[in-house]
Amino acid sequence: MALLRRSETVIAGILLLAMVLIGTINPAFWQLDNLFSLMRSNVIIGIMALGVLLVLISGGIDVSFPAFAVAAMYLTIKGMLALGYNGVVLPLLAATIMGLLFGAVNGFFVYKFRMIPLIVTLGTSAMVRGFLLGVVGTSMININKMPTALIDFARTDVISVTKADGTTYGLTAMVLIYVGLAVAMHLVLRYTMIGRSAYALGGDPEAARRAGFDLRKTIFFIYCVAGALAGFAGLLHSGMIWLANPRDFVGLELDVIAAVVLGGASIFGGRGSVLGTMLGVFMLVMVKNSLIIMRVDTTWQLVVVGSIVIVATALSAWRDRRRTA
Amino acid sequence: MSDGFIELRGIRKVFSGVVALDAMSLVIKPGEIHCLAGENGSGKSTVIKIMSGVYQPDGGEILIDGKPVPGMTPIGAIAHGVQVIYQDFSLFGNLTVAENLAMNVHLGEKRRLMNWRRTRAIAREAVDRLGVELDLDAEVASLPTAGKQLVAIARALMSDARLIIMDEPTTALTRKEVETLFRIVRDIQARGIAILFVSHKMREMLEISERITVIRNGRKVAEGPTGDFDEALITRHMTGSDILSEPYVWTPPSGPPPVPRLEIRGLAVPGKCEGLSLAIRPGEIVGLSGLLGSGRTDLALALFGMVPRYEGEILIDGAPVRLRSTQEAIEAGIAYVPEDRLTEGLFLPQSIKRNMLATSYERLARKLVIDRDRAEEMTQGMVRAMQIATPTAEKPVMQLSGGNQQRVVLARWLLTDARVLILNGPTVGVDVGSKAEIHAKIRELAQHHGLAVLMISDDVPELVQNCNRIVLMHRGRFIEDLPAADVTEETVSDRLKTFT
Repeated sequence: MALLRRSETVIAGILLLAMVLIGTINPAFWQLDNLFSLMRSNVIIGIMALGVLLVLISGGIDVSFPAFAVAAMYLTIKGMLALGYNGVVLPLLAATIMGLLFGAVNGFFVYKFRMIPLIVTLGTSAMVRGFLLGVVGTSMININKMPTALIDFARTDVISVTKADGTTYGLTAMVLIYVGLAVAMHLVLRYTMIGRSAYALGGDPEAARRAGFDLRKTIFFIYCVAGALAGFAGLLHSGMIWLANPRDFVGLELDVIAAVVLGGASIFGGRGSVLGTMLGVFMLVMVKNSLIIMRVDTTWQLVVVGSIVIVATALSAWRDRRRTA
Repeated sequence: MSDGFIELRGIRKVFSGVVALDAMSLVIKPGEIHCLAGENGSGKSTVIKIMSGVYQPDGGEILIDGKPVPGMTPIGAIAHGVQVIYQDFSLFGNLTVAENLAMNVHLGEKRRLMNWRRTRAIAREAVDRLGVELDLDAEVASLPTAGKQLVAIARALMSDARLIIMDEPTTALTRKEVETLFRIVRDIQARGIAILFVSHKMREMLEISERITVIRNGRKVAEGPTGDFDEALITRHMTGSDILSEPYVWTPPSGPPPVPRLEIRGLAVPGKCEGLSLAIRPGEIVGLSGLLGSGRTDLALALFGMVPRYEGEILIDGAPVRLRSTQEAIEAGIAYVPEDRLTEGLFLPQSIKRNMLATSYERLARKLVIDRDRAEEMTQGMVRAMQIATPTAEKPVMQLSGGNQQRVVLARWLLTDARVLILNGPTVGVDVGSKAEIHAKIRELAQHHGLAVLMISDDVPELVQNCNRIVLMHRGRFIEDLPAADVTEETVSDRLKTFT
């Protein structure tokens, strides 16, 4: 019974239903190469969603992570080209740290001036994007200049299958990174005091203060981790698409927030889980992917994602009201 | 006088030039149930904060076990065994009962990791110690108020408390829940833990406490064993004056019975209440009581147009009306003062004037422009008539006391020329002095302006005092219609207790 009442079970049920429905309309959906490509599309949105989940649980919201991701990615690749460095670990570390520092700025304003996170992150987002294009540059770095080590790393497959016609396809190893980060986030949220403090802060900030949580630490932790995950995802993304575009990720915040809310996290804070978020991400990516297959125009895709945010938020608000009634 | 567990001696506290406490003394003996009585603004909460180390006194000293404790801090107070249960309980609604209970232990031990098995064990022990049934895995937000209070009490008991301070613990509880709470309080006392009840509900103080200290304007005005006090005496100490308490009498005019102001025939809200018929004539104050969930609030909401799918008939002054929205209810002459005036009725940061005129703007702006002179005149008249203590009607409502806030709500409805007034818990959270004034206003409205009043309340004395009839509701039906002249508080309370 307890399992049935959990939001994750409900989301998984809806997801399964949607998969059966899409599979009926388009039988190609169930083919292995399509499923592999779907999972590949989960990686970047999923990693960013983990950060947004953390922020939402604490009662905040973050719309700055796409800007941080693009800035960390573009700066790192520019730096690699300038230094002639061709590697994987150090650049990923650098992008992560850059994202973390950007996140710390969010944390500073949210904690120090008790500002509304939406305003803070809107502001930092615009500033970071503006600086990037104005100071660093506007030109795309494409395949002929992209560091080869990054591309090779992102091309690693875990499983490789050869089709009857001789072409091969595989499941990208980046999925493992995503799952690894998700497991880590789950452990942090569930089994560390800093993770529980995010829930406490999202549940009742005043009670959290009275109970003796160090809210400064909690808030900085939350926004730094969200920024770090964005920076990491940004660079990984450029390796996966063989392109560093300083105007990338525009509008991505909507997709990611939609996915997290779809996964059962409360927009009012205090509730949300990693498993739910992963299911939400999968559902969103699958719906968008199906729209593309069905040749639905991108403008209409926006309408679909927008309504997903509204419906999912309404449902979770309704759920929370019923619980407290 | 050194037989106290904790003693305040000549405490003085000044906030930016305003003296909140002066020469305040209070002794709490080990294991006693002590009541601190005072009106809102008398300094009760300052006393709590001094005792729990949140505020530092500007003069005087705090003694624990007869020894002075200079520079008391919140952590120091907890270490000495002083625990406060705040009105809002300070719990995390999104977390489970177990985690709420164990949180302080984890934080106290400065842990970095969360051990769920240990969390459950800590919580289990805390709940067992209190001797109550609580589902450890339930989310706190899903518990009723009484359940949340139990969690807060269990948490306070965990830290080897020697004194538990409860700030207005009975405010949101029904009579039955109050009895359970009192049983638990006596149980805690039996283990040698002292309880300080901070309250302004006299009946409860007299019932539970062994000693009472009354404060007024930051000074102790009376102290002694509860046996030395009665309601009138406490009221006199709290307010500094006597409060008139004659029951309300309504005499039907001679001749044919007048047309009821409000009449309902066979009213039903699907799933909530059914078969409700009642007539209230001009000048009548009818009381309505019943347990939470008896359907009384659903009835009130239906009468105020908030349940458009109600069934049955509603008549105002003999004319049938159909109330599908609050707008229609207001036009029909019905006014509703909700239970939680803070969240349902008032715009707290807005001025008194704007709050009063909130339902009158339509009439004030006949030609699209607001008639400012008329608005000013109406507000001034009401501030005077309702005796709202404020220098100006521009003051934000949140700076007013509970009683004055309630008067602003009443004033708003009077300005709409209401003929039927529905009051849901009109004096919840209001102190004795303001309560008496609000009652006097309600009576005056009924008696001199011919309003029909329906007063919904858990406060039995309030009903017996102010109503000429009392209707009891249970499981969505009217069970009894008692003329107030024939009932006493005991009969009504006893009758309510038989409902389960």
